Amino acid sequence: MPTALIIDYGMGNLHSVRRAFEECGANVLISDDPKDIRKATHIVLPGVGSFHDGMESLFKSGWCEAIRTEAGNKGIPMIGICLGMQLLAEKGYEGGEIQGLGLIPGVVEKLIPSSSLIRLPHVGWNEIYHTKESPVLEEIPDGTDFYFVHSYHFIPSKQENAISMTPYCGEFVSAVMNGNVFGVQFHPEKSQKYGFQVIRNFLALN
Amino acid sequence: MPDLIRHPGITQGGRRSLDIGFYWKDPKKKDLKLLKVRIIPTLLWKDSGLVKGVSFDSWRRVGTVLPAVKVYNMREVDELIVLDITATRENREPDYESVAEFSGDCFVPLTIGGGIRTIDHIKKLLRSGADKIAINSAAYDDPDLIARAAMHFGSQCVVASIDAGRMDDGNHYCYAHCGSARTGKEVVAWAKELEKLGAGEILITSVEKDGTMEGYDLDLIRKVSENVGIPVIASGGAGNYQHFHDALSIGKSSAVAAASMFHFTEQTPLGAKQFLQERGICVRNANMRQ
Repeated sequence: MPTALIIDYGMGNLHSVRRAFEECGANVLISDDPKDIRKATHIVLPGVGSFHDGMESLFKSGWCEAIRTEAGNKGIPMIGICLGMQLLAEKGYEGGEIQGLGLIPGVVEKLIPSSSLIRLPHVGWNEIYHTKESPVLEEIPDGTDFYFVHSYHFIPSKQENAISMTPYCGEFVSAVMNGNVFGVQFHPEKSQKYGFQVIRNFLALN
Repeated sequence: MPDLIRHPGITQGGRRSLDIGFYWKDPKKKDLKLLKVRIIPTLLWKDSGLVKGVSFDSWRRVGTVLPAVKVYNMREVDELIVLDITATRENREPDYESVAEFSGDCFVPLTIGGGIRTIDHIKKLLRSGADKIAINSAAYDDPDLIARAAMHFGSQCVVASIDAGRMDDGNHYCYAHCGSARTGKEVVAWAKELEKLGAGEILITSVEKDGTMEGYDLDLIRKVSENVGIPVIASGGAGNYQHFHDALSIGKSSAVAAASMFHFTEQTPLGAKQFLQERGICVRNANMRQ
């Protein structure tokens, strides 16, 4: 049974994420102690909140180094959800220019409405379209609806790291991948059966 | 949508305005399925019972919350709003244990409101399984709470709830404490202020229409929708599917909430989606079987 470590850095809808991972067959460990990362077969970085506050909490509690070692060097599968995906970038611009975890090359910027009818935050169910094959989005048909709630988006510097896009504010990258590290802008824990499929795909990785 | 796939959003330049939210305005966009309109059942909760009133009064018990949450989860509704209508009046904190119980079986986005006065309350609710929180009365006493909440947890998690009624001068004014206290705030000005403070969505409820099932206060919904750039959820008065259509097309809201209509009639969120889809409005799961 996979052990999914959900990183508790004070920024998440942790209960929702835990319930979804349990429902998908994981043994879940929620922890605020970076030492626990060694017990994990899978690392989950959830998060709602701002890039600035998120990085600050990760940094202060010692998670940055632990994540870079385990996911970055040792190759433990990791998924960032929503803000957690954005923190994987090298830099963010929410609350000033801030260094991210740097696990996937790219930056995080605010969405720019493409017309006056576009509202921000981008809230609700929207579709994802594959731009590249990836193990986490396996068996997810093009055009599947996922639940989004965000104002910022991840802009990968290399196209090869983008695995799906979503049409809003023109279009934005809704999922990224770099080796064993994945990020999804949507909330799989709140996207019902296809959300669970994404979680199960992730948990199936070694 | 091959046109979009060619440009996987890597560059900021060359953006095109393809996403209008509703595609019926332009028949050429007919095959673009975009951000979906949300149909949101609202559950009002009092002393652990599920209730529904008329114009914020004469509350009637219509069941218990947990089974209702389970049913809506099973039916894969777009989102759920659960409001504790007596917490503020009784000067209570949110009931975290009950929220944890509701959210344990709820895999749809869940907004919780009622009695939220501090950042700590929000943190505990998010830990108990809420995905978003709704703030109403506390925002009048402490508008900065919205700003602090947005800074801490992000705007996307902060739903500002406004209860409004029409006065003799033709304008709409806001009420606090579950419709019982006049605040003297004009609704458009207040909605704009909430947006500026950092609210991520506005839930706008008509005090007079609530529970009547006569239709939304479209004038109120439109006024608010046209004056803010954040999503607006129409609430108060829905009695049939056409009312949803009116709130979206005339009221220009991004989402529609309803309670009585789902408690007291045979109409369902799925039925609403089919009705709206037939009329060219983007919804999700309209074709699912239940």
